[in-house]
Amino acid sequence: MLFDKSENGEVLTLTLDKKLTAVTAGELEKDLIEKLAGVKSFTVDMSRLVYVSSAGLRVLLNAQKYMNKTNGSMIVKNAVPEVMKIFETTGFNEILNVKNS
Amino acid sequence: MKELTISAEIPNLDTVIEFVNEELEAHDCGPKVQMQIEVAVEEIFVNIAHYAYQPQIGTATVRVEVQPEPQAAVITFIDSGVPYDPLAKPDPDVTLSAEEREVGGLGIYMVKKSMDDVSYEYKDGKNIFTIKKKF
Repeated sequence: MLFDKSENGEVLTLTLDKKLTAVTAGELEKDLIEKLAGVKSFTVDMSRLVYVSSAGLRVLLNAQKYMNKTNGSMIVKNAVPEVMKIFETTGFNEILNVKNS
Repeated sequence: MKELTISAEIPNLDTVIEFVNEELEAHDCGPKVQMQIEVAVEEIFVNIAHYAYQPQIGTATVRVEVQPEPQAAVITFIDSGVPYDPLAKPDPDVTLSAEEREVGGLGIYMVKKSMDDVSYEYKDGKNIFTIKKKF
């Protein structure tokens, strides 16, 4: 996973790769809480993510809740079909702002 | 049939996944089905790791069998922890908003939705959870 934060600290892009499992989601959650402080616009690029489990969904849900609470915005983009399928099964396509180009 | 008995702890997840994947790949399971099975295996193993023996640590046995015609993987998880039927829980409401949503129960819901068959029994002091997925 890779974080890219703008100089003023308001725009954050997170690029996920490979798998978001119970193991990697735990690592992400630790970093994310700190990185999201002060962020107004948060983008998650999933083009290189091939796998997400409920542990990963939980981290995404918490990030969305945090951005809602702080009146920021969150966009999830470039989810591959397998990941998109999991979003649809779990209703996360309605909770998250999923943009696929 | 292949079997792995391992300490039910989150850091062992990768070992369990590798063990299952090796067996699936040996039987030419397609990548899409393999990923669905992988998610299911993670959800079930993580459940056992979190709840079965808390606060102690115990073992989980994972058994993989590939049946012929139609080819299907049958994966069984056995632990000796507290009796717990994950299928008894009502499905989560997947139409709620982010604020109303709780992620509890989502993992097992994904398992139910993606597998062809799931079953649970408690026998001789053991939780036995089985999933089946056609290739």
